[in-house]
Amino acid sequence: MTLIRKPLSRRSILRAGAAGGALLAAPTIFTSRAWAAGYVNEPTGSTVTLGFNVPQTGPYADEGADELRAYQLAVEHLNGEGDGGMLNTFSSKALKGSGILGKKVEYVTGDTQTKSDAARASAKSMIEKDGAIMITGGSSSGVAVAVQALCQEAGVIFMAGLTHSNDTTGKDKKANGFRHFFNSYMSGAALAPVLKNAYGADRNAYHLTADYNWGYTTEQAVRESTEALGWNTVETVKTPLAATDFSSYITPVLQSDADVLVLNHYGGNMVNSLTNAVQFGLRDKLVNGKNFEIIVPLYSRLMAKGAGANVKGIFGSTNWHWSLTDEGSKAFVQSFGQKYGFPPSQAAHTTYVQTLLYADACERAGTFNPCGVVEALEGFEFDGLGNGKTLYRAEDHQCFKDVLVVKGKENPTSEFDLLEIVEVTPVEQVTYAPDHPQFAGGALGSCNSGA
Amino acid sequence: MDAIFLQILNGLDKGSAYALIALGLTLIFGTLGVVNFAHGALFMIGAFCAVTLQRILTLSFETIDPERLDFLGNPLKVKTPYVESWFGPEMGAAIIDWSVPLAILFSIPIMALVGLMMERGLIKHFYKRPHADQILVTFGLAIVLQEIIKYFYGANPIPTPAPAAFAGSFDFGAMLGFDPNVIIYPYWRIVYFLFSAAIIGGVFAFLQFTTFGMVVRAGMADRQTVGLLGIDIDRRFTIMFALAAVVAGLAGVMYAPINSPNYHMGMDFLVLSFVVVVVGGMGSLPGAVLAGFVLGILESFASMAQVVALFPGINQIVIYLVAIIILLTRPRGLMGRKGVMES
Repeated sequence: MTLIRKPLSRRSILRAGAAGGALLAAPTIFTSRAWAAGYVNEPTGSTVTLGFNVPQTGPYADEGADELRAYQLAVEHLNGEGDGGMLNTFSSKALKGSGILGKKVEYVTGDTQTKSDAARASAKSMIEKDGAIMITGGSSSGVAVAVQALCQEAGVIFMAGLTHSNDTTGKDKKANGFRHFFNSYMSGAALAPVLKNAYGADRNAYHLTADYNWGYTTEQAVRESTEALGWNTVETVKTPLAATDFSSYITPVLQSDADVLVLNHYGGNMVNSLTNAVQFGLRDKLVNGKNFEIIVPLYSRLMAKGAGANVKGIFGSTNWHWSLTDEGSKAFVQSFGQKYGFPPSQAAHTTYVQTLLYADACERAGTFNPCGVVEALEGFEFDGLGNGKTLYRAEDHQCFKDVLVVKGKENPTSEFDLLEIVEVTPVEQVTYAPDHPQFAGGALGSCNSGA
Repeated sequence: MDAIFLQILNGLDKGSAYALIALGLTLIFGTLGVVNFAHGALFMIGAFCAVTLQRILTLSFETIDPERLDFLGNPLKVKTPYVESWFGPEMGAAIIDWSVPLAILFSIPIMALVGLMMERGLIKHFYKRPHADQILVTFGLAIVLQEIIKYFYGANPIPTPAPAAFAGSFDFGAMLGFDPNVIIYPYWRIVYFLFSAAIIGGVFAFLQFTTFGMVVRAGMADRQTVGLLGIDIDRRFTIMFALAAVVAGLAGVMYAPINSPNYHMGMDFLVLSFVVVVVGGMGSLPGAVLAGFVLGILESFASMAQVVALFPGINQIVIYLVAIIILLTRPRGLMGRKGVMES
């Protein structure tokens, strides 16, 4: 389905041919000028508009609110207001606090409602009505994949927010889409060695998996990583996304031979399944002479908060945590904390970083043209944004960086101090080949500038 | 065998919640003839009564501890609940720990008031309107109430634990001669089941053995005649609405420790409770209770891995499947009055 592209006319073919010819003829140094050809929503005035598409209603509204706070902070910093945050620690020095390419950054917001169709509609409206040149945000992989495909068709850049499914940069990857957040494979690869150290190599795992795309890829990733280390998978059971009481899924675990329960759940599902599992005394149980353990592959602070004391001592992974002590993280926590009075979540971090990375790519490319931005981001290596040295891999537009393994804190000092970092898994350990079976299928295609 | 026993136990507590909500729905439908789609929201407000009392009891004052630093490097502000400073740390902590059972008392006047306001303020204007209008207006009201709760409490679930005395599980297996640690059941869920049974028994006794209950039952059978006898049946029906709201609210309060309350929990239960009412028989109180437990247990069995392996997806549709079968073979429901919903 074409959304915005104009029908192909003789004139546009001639123009594309001319642009292509000019591109081939121009020396590399002038490449950025070659992107000057028209593209969708090219900013002509003194401002440029970004579209922040986050869940403002629905179950992930709180996470969306934190994303929006981070976006507002990023816009301030890009426009030279506030203390500059990570602009001061970012290894690339292209951003000067004077907007992007001299244009003041403005933004519009949309509500994804964590529904793919609503998210597409709000993104479409921001592109068509508000002239957004880039869309970013979201708190679900279903939404990310849907909006990424729309942006590809429309010819704008999509900087994904919180999306953890392998498919976003696997079988559903698109040339115009970029993901800074980590993925299911990385969670599995980072968690498995820590779990082996903590719980041994001889374990029987039982998986409860949310019955949708993200659940499947997470289950597969954790299962394959732990099996490679000698664990045995006893059973994998899919639970309906709408389930609220997990007791009838937890009780069969009691009767199985399992001594580990992996909860491939997110958001409200995870809060409820973990609460139920703890209520049923799983953590006090001894199986085969070993303590029964629970694992939550993907943690978020809001989930930890919802589950309360039940998260204590439970392992999981996150993309970033405010207690990191590198300069970038400290600068971000300082600006965010000063402005809002509490530390930022990982959702806030990834969306803030994505905005900076987009702005920086425009500066380095010398254009807002999506194809120029894509070229600037592909293979881009950077540091100072909170995760150590990071690469935006050209083959799949996935960021490769260190992954954090965390554990529910035993004695939290505040409502935000719920997780403690157990290990920073180095990037080498979570890197995979672009054609890894968990990411098989799909193709990036080529960038679309919508012209 | 032990698996079957466990799933029956699981079904009982889920069934308790369905039965309590369906009981309230049936009371309102039977007395006022209103299909109340906002009933799930009353269940949710009940759960948030528990959250609110927990927040009130944990209201704190801040003292600055210069020894410790917060995340920005400033001296840490330490929060101490007022109740702990008034009653001493141990007594204060115990009061906070028992916030959910205390919320039962806290919620009764609130729920009664919410019920009265809802009935007098909105629903009474829709008595003579078609059921479709009633459904639309009460559904709209449910959304409004949901959004109000979300505005004040956020979209994230809020942990509301049961008292520490009820933490842990009871080992039924050891008691019945099975292996220990296989058939275990959380204490709080057992409390929930017993509490529901007590409430259901109380409502039936109230309707059966009091003059008020007799008048209400007479009104349900023939409103006009009771009115002609000079009895203000409308006022009694308003009180029944408030009672139904209290029943739903209490179900919500006690459910809060089982699953952390969130603004959406009412909707999750509402649709299923309607199916329960239809299966039990529109207007039949014992039917609502029976169907609540039967469907709760069936749902538990349907989510067993062995059953799902045989019939994929059965766990998500079993309740609706039963509803379709009942409606096709016995349109008045399990215990519905003969002739109702039957042509």
